[in-house]
Amino acid sequence: MTRQLIELDRVEKNYGEVRALTGVSAEIREGEFFSLLGPSGCGKTTLLRTIAGFEDLSGGQLRIDGQDMRGVPANKRPTNMVFQSYAIFPHLSVGENVGFGLRRKGLGREAMAREVGQALDMVGLGGYETRASHALSGGQRQRVALARALVLKPRVLLLDEPLSALDKKLREQMQVELRKLQRQVGITFILVTHDQEEALIMSDRIAVMFDGGIAQLDSPQVLYRRPVSRRVAEFIGVMNFLDASVGGNGADGLEVDVAGLGRVALDPAQCPEGRSGTSTVVGLRPETMTILFDTSEKAARVAEGSVSEVVYFGDMTYYDVTLDGVAAPVTISMRNLPGRPVLDRGARARVGWDAGAMVLFR
Amino acid sequence: MSSSDGAFSRWRHSEGAQGLILVSPTFLYALLLLAAPLATIVAISFWTQDYLVMIREFTLANYIRAWTEPLFQTLMLRSVVIAVIVTAATVLLAFPIAYYVSFNVRPERKALWIFLITIPFWTSYLLRVFLWKVILGYNGVLNSGLLGLGLIDEPLTFILYNANAVVITLAHAWAPFAILPIFVALEKIDRALLEAGQDLGESRFTTFLRVTLPLAMPGVVAATLIVFIPTIGDYVTPKLVGGPDGAMISNMIQLQFMKLNNGPLGAALAISGMIIVTAISLIFLWLNRRYLKVRQ
Ligand SMILES: Nc1ncnc2c1ncn2[C@@H]1O[C@H](COP(=O)(O)OP(=O)(O)OP(=O)(O)O)[C@@H](O)[C@H]1O
Ligand SMILES: [Mg+2]
Repeated sequence: MTRQLIELDRVEKNYGEVRALTGVSAEIREGEFFSLLGPSGCGKTTLLRTIAGFEDLSGGQLRIDGQDMRGVPANKRPTNMVFQSYAIFPHLSVGENVGFGLRRKGLGREAMAREVGQALDMVGLGGYETRASHALSGGQRQRVALARALVLKPRVLLLDEPLSALDKKLREQMQVELRKLQRQVGITFILVTHDQEEALIMSDRIAVMFDGGIAQLDSPQVLYRRPVSRRVAEFIGVMNFLDASVGGNGADGLEVDVAGLGRVALDPAQCPEGRSGTSTVVGLRPETMTILFDTSEKAARVAEGSVSEVVYFGDMTYYDVTLDGVAAPVTISMRNLPGRPVLDRGARARVGWDAGAMVLFR
Repeated sequence: MSSSDGAFSRWRHSEGAQGLILVSPTFLYALLLLAAPLATIVAISFWTQDYLVMIREFTLANYIRAWTEPLFQTLMLRSVVIAVIVTAATVLLAFPIAYYVSFNVRPERKALWIFLITIPFWTSYLLRVFLWKVILGYNGVLNSGLLGLGLIDEPLTFILYNANAVVITLAHAWAPFAILPIFVALEKIDRALLEAGQDLGESRFTTFLRVTLPLAMPGVVAATLIVFIPTIGDYVTPKLVGGPDGAMISNMIQLQFMKLNNGPLGAALAISGMIIVTAISLIFLWLNRRYLKVRQ
């Protein structure tokens, strides 16, 4: 049974003139992996720090477990944080760092050592208790910070870009590990990241933030397939935008004339921003279009164009195809299945596409 | 070119030689002004003096007198006690000031604050000691003020020409030297560590005790030594505001050398003082070794 653990109700935060949060409303469920995703300066850290209790609200309400958090200091909240810089205490050993918060719990020496040991085991640092904290690598510091927070069994674990200081390989490994760990301990995780791929890989739900507000809050799949605005679409993955003009409502939905592709009918779910005016754009993800290598291959709709760029990735090939009658090329991604050729630049290409994958934006 | 020539010119251009050439003026200066007088003092302390003639025969008599005569013991003990009190008072008063500047002053204002703290140093040490005399004297600023306010009926006398006056004057004189290293240590503390402390369940105060204070200890240790070491041998302040009860060991050393023509005894007292300072400092460093190893 999932229930709301954190309720944000029109939360506002101003730093003098700067409006860092402009009325954020969201509900975060017990046990979910929740991500705050957005470009630099959009207010992710501010929102996280507000939940942790390091910032007072300028307006609105924050409830954790049904309880209003106004006036509750950070040390009295059922949250723990993994800081971006990890904030490992340099004067304490690894074991003392992990045991820092346990001291208040009045455990005996042995019980405490056991809990610290278990927490370190959990993050793969078993036996590191007596290590000096400055003699740790970036990845190890990150694990110590994680163990130090998790050992207190918080209701919510807050992570502020915990992986951004790690190199690519380690980051990818930790993404998977963190996700596993979250499932294992069942604690609600709120992760701040500006890396859309990271958010997609790890999260149950993602809140995309722009300019101090949430633009869209959905599961990774919905977010990717049905972004609610062009801005969200551009921020998550790659999307091709084609000029379009809106006609009337037909029997199969809204009639739209897409440059280079022709007439389509879109159902209301494909028009998240509703319809306004006549000239708009439609978005299509690169993988929803295919290059038809063989004349016998079928597709819902077919357009013609010429290949203007080829980028070969081993498992994938990305083609930029200039459709006849359209100035800007569209990007199409193709898996390099066995026997499938790779087209050269300048070659003619038949492009298969499907109106069902289109999204109409204002 | 002969082979020895080549070796020399190679040596001259090596990194070690370059470094040596770089430090040699300083080194010579230090040798001349520090090591040479020190060696002389050590030598003299084992000799005896007969009026103006130095008898260069090894003896421990000076040290035996320095460590056993009650007068010297009293002065030495008083010097240590005054230095400890001055150091404690200075560091305890300096800490809140350093803390305030580091944590509560806006970053762009910090430089100004540090600048203001050093202002007393624009006047000479002697002048500042005299100023304290004016403030603490029988008819001084403090007494007239308190009398004028009717808070006291007759001037306070326990504030000048005794150990109290020495403590007040020295604590003031050394305050900036204590504030600066503590300030620097506090500035180095990553503020996220304090948030981490609170996040892990500690209040602001317990976070201060468990995080801020241990991390500020290198600064506190530096401040303590910077104040303690010169204070124990201070000569001017006890001379000017100390009176007979506020005299310290340096005043006795001066007396031996200049008035009593007993340089060897003065030298033995000086060396004994140095040994005591060194011993106390080393013990203090050893007690704080845990904090000094921390790399932030
Ligand atoms: N202490 C502060 N005082 C004044 N303005 C602040 C403060 N903290 C944040 N801001 C402002 O609030 C806005 C949101 O900042 P925040 O740190 O939440 O962004 P972010 O989304 O975490 O960005 P990043 O990805 O770069 O970390 C920014 O415009 C920032 O300049
Ligand atoms: Mg941030």
